[in-house]
Amino acid sequence: MAQAYSAGLTVTENIVLKKERILPLKGKVLVKKGDKVKAEDFVAETFLPGKVMPMKLANALGVLPATLNEHLKVKPGDKIKKGQILAQTSGFLGLFKSTARSPLDGEFESVSAHTGQALLREPRIPIQVRAFIDGIVVDVIPDEGVVIENKSAYVQGIFGLGNETTGLLKMLVSAPDSSAKTADITDDCKDKLIVVGSTCDLTTIEKAKEVGVRGIITGGISDTDIKELLGYDIGVAITGHEEIGLTLVVTEGFGKISMARKTFELLQKFEGKKASIHGRTQIRAGVIRPEIIVPLDFDEDELVAQKPRMSTLDIGGMIRIIREPNFGKIGRIIKLPESLVVVESETKVRILEAELEDGQTVTVPRANVEVIEL
Amino acid sequence: MAKDKLTRILATDCGSTTTKAILIEYIDGEYRQTIRGEAPTTVEAPLNDVTKGVLNAVNEVEELAQLEYKNPNIKFITDDGILMPRDGEIGVDAYVSTSSAGGGLQMMVTGVVARMTGESAERAALGAGAIVMDLIASNDKRPNYEKIERIRQLRPDMILMAGGVDGGTTKHVAELAELVAAADPKPRLGSSYKLPIIYAGNKDATNIVKETLQDNVDLIITENLRPKLEMENLGPARDKIHDLFMEHVMAQAPGYNKLMSWTKGPINGEVKNIPIMPTPAAVGNIMQKVAKVENIEALGVDIGGATTDVFSVFTEEFVFNRTVSANLGMSYSISNVLASSGLENILRWVPFDINRADLRNMIKNKMIRPTTIPQKLDELVLEQAIAKEALRLAFLQHKEFAVSLKGMQQNRGISDAFDQSVSGGTIVNMMTLDLLVGSGGVLSHAPRRHQSVMMMLDAFLPEGITRLAVDSIFMMPQLGVLAEISEQAATEVFNKDCLIHLGTSIVPVGKGKLGQSALHAKIELPDGSVFEEDIPYGEIKLVPLGPGEEAQATLTPKKGLDLGAGKNHSVSQVITGGVVGTVIDTRGRPFSLPADNQLRISLLKKWMKELKVYPEEILA
Repeated sequence: MAQAYSAGLTVTENIVLKKERILPLKGKVLVKKGDKVKAEDFVAETFLPGKVMPMKLANALGVLPATLNEHLKVKPGDKIKKGQILAQTSGFLGLFKSTARSPLDGEFESVSAHTGQALLREPRIPIQVRAFIDGIVVDVIPDEGVVIENKSAYVQGIFGLGNETTGLLKMLVSAPDSSAKTADITDDCKDKLIVVGSTCDLTTIEKAKEVGVRGIITGGISDTDIKELLGYDIGVAITGHEEIGLTLVVTEGFGKISMARKTFELLQKFEGKKASIHGRTQIRAGVIRPEIIVPLDFDEDELVAQKPRMSTLDIGGMIRIIREPNFGKIGRIIKLPESLVVVESETKVRILEAELEDGQTVTVPRANVEVIEL
Repeated sequence: MAKDKLTRILATDCGSTTTKAILIEYIDGEYRQTIRGEAPTTVEAPLNDVTKGVLNAVNEVEELAQLEYKNPNIKFITDDGILMPRDGEIGVDAYVSTSSAGGGLQMMVTGVVARMTGESAERAALGAGAIVMDLIASNDKRPNYEKIERIRQLRPDMILMAGGVDGGTTKHVAELAELVAAADPKPRLGSSYKLPIIYAGNKDATNIVKETLQDNVDLIITENLRPKLEMENLGPARDKIHDLFMEHVMAQAPGYNKLMSWTKGPINGEVKNIPIMPTPAAVGNIMQKVAKVENIEALGVDIGGATTDVFSVFTEEFVFNRTVSANLGMSYSISNVLASSGLENILRWVPFDINRADLRNMIKNKMIRPTTIPQKLDELVLEQAIAKEALRLAFLQHKEFAVSLKGMQQNRGISDAFDQSVSGGTIVNMMTLDLLVGSGGVLSHAPRRHQSVMMMLDAFLPEGITRLAVDSIFMMPQLGVLAEISEQAATEVFNKDCLIHLGTSIVPVGKGKLGQSALHAKIELPDGSVFEEDIPYGEIKLVPLGPGEEAQATLTPKKGLDLGAGKNHSVSQVITGGVVGTVIDTRGRPFSLPADNQLRISLLKKWMKELKVYPEEILA
């Protein structure tokens, strides 16, 4: 039979990572190839065009659009000030002039002889892009941005909220199935990325915000708490833009779920190290998952990227169950029968048999597991 | 086309999650779908090449064909593509494909009046298989600067600009063009090419639109899609959308250039490239063909992971409509079903009590891991409850969109004076609907076909006498594109392998009292036996009538109920069977569930038991 593929989240102590840092519009790149950069450094900047304000100029003057040009006091491309006269009729014997003044500071962009409409543009808005990860600039895309590469310990989350941030990792629990309490969030959590174990309730998140925590890394979270936190129900999973005062990375899913041991031990190993995280999640059309990136020291010749590949289900391979029953449990594949099997819901599916960590043998639809890379 | 040239056809549908491949073969004088395979779609990282998923899916078809025909030499692919033309055991005669991967085709449309030219533009875009991200109209309530911001932020694949009837005012169209120019919109996939904009508005404004836009965008001019108020001409705009979809959108998506070079087949004896079709356009294609061939009104739904599409062909003119509910689906968008319908509306379909927080977490976990399937029975029941709400909401949107043209002058005689119908009313008529087809995983792959019937009854609330069917393995997209090279192959496979006939629903319309007589049904079954019963109000009754079987039914509604011939009037007609049978639903229309929780649960269990929807243990 064809190989069985199964998506999985990457959790590894050592990965060569490439990050494109691209401006939303063309602009200026501030670094050059070979530069070593820190996560906080700006690598590119540009100006977003200001908002456009259409103005019915012909109507304001009471003239025909085709004759509007005769009355203009400015020309396309001119800088304009709020209150400045844009157009004026000559009136009758110098009297009864109609005047149109600019409602904003900015630029007089264009005027239409068909509609009599002028377009005014507000001043440009500066935008700067940071490196986000410590690393080396390996490529410069002229006018657009850079590619930064490094060697990192790396954890992909399943869901997150909030944008990019950096901080030192701090463990608040000693086991992946425990969960941090509100009292565990002390002043020394300020500016840190805290690892809270299997779950994190709303009061703990509120306390973390109060203390100045930059990011929370948790195994699970209750959707009811997320709704309370945001003030609305997430409809489609496109997140990362929320301004909730910190960044949240969920590694396993919704509900109280032990953090995968491998993930927990990795974070434990790098406690006190600087990490870059973000909560951006997009499930469809260009999958984006939250990331926890801990930059490692490296020599440049170590930066050889691994070939991308799809995880496969193989006998002896480790899997994590990602749906009830046994959601969150880890097991080793012991059988991969080819024929379809009817499960409790009467669905006929391809399954695998796995031995869980407690020795129990279970049958799971192949669609309900993730491969854990060793 | 000579039949001997087309004996083995491969067709794929590259969905956002899964790439599905089917093999169609010419066997014993007819086309049949024989083997299918599937694999995860690989348009995104890490593989970034749609053809890898296609090869994996076709590889499965190849291996299954080798097993089926006990012939290890059968081969369809190499590492470089599909083997063509067929030479004995090797290769196929044609390969066609549809695609909705990478978010499908995303468009923005403009019109002068939102409910007139704007709506026509929306209909053209939807009919071409697009998701309409926004409709910008001169008369929508937003101030112009907001419209400009919106156009700039959207980043569609293309824009369709309509506006004005021919000979009408050009000023509003010019203003819309100026707004679009001011926004300087960029295409979604990369900034290496100019955004395509199709202008299909007032022909008198063409030059103004050209002057305003042609320097900064890729402007394509086509015929006005609403040349007169009482006339739509959507064909030319739809054709342009398809052309641009291939040239711009597909060409930008990872691996599609390669895939486009693979899709080929004989047309008039010559092997030619066959354009990849957007999946929903292909489904619309096959729906329209079937409605016309059978002279029926048909309604189809495809509930996917991210979106739900509803297609309908109504009225004697076979008016086709398609709507996309972009954020109603069973995986990526499942959480939005909850947000749109509310928890209570989902829970009303569940015949047991459940912890609300657990349900919320289950829904979110499905959203973030969209490819998982319910292993436990209670999770299946919950997913099907969510599906009913997604379908109900999508259908509601469809009914609001599928309307007669607005703005038409109507000649009214004395006899029409008290008629409430106005231009712009929905043309969706559940009483005259002949065929309701469900597709998409939750309907097509339901463990019991009875579950599909229950979901379709509860979500669409058919009225009168309606045939129900599901697309067995969701092959309507592949058949829709196949129809482009062989209508015969497409329709033969549609009738023999694609549709699984579930049966016929018989639903009197009106309200009654629980237990009161609602319908006298006499059904003369093919084995000579007769089912004859007075069916009380508030019941579901299943009368077995197998696939391919027919029965003469004489149905008399009571107490003011109506089966299409008028209140209390009998209907006598031949009904067709299916894998589920004939379902008599006297729960009333409009349909409502009791507010009392215990009564609601006991009624749900009773209906589900009668219809054999779930195993007994969960309904005890």
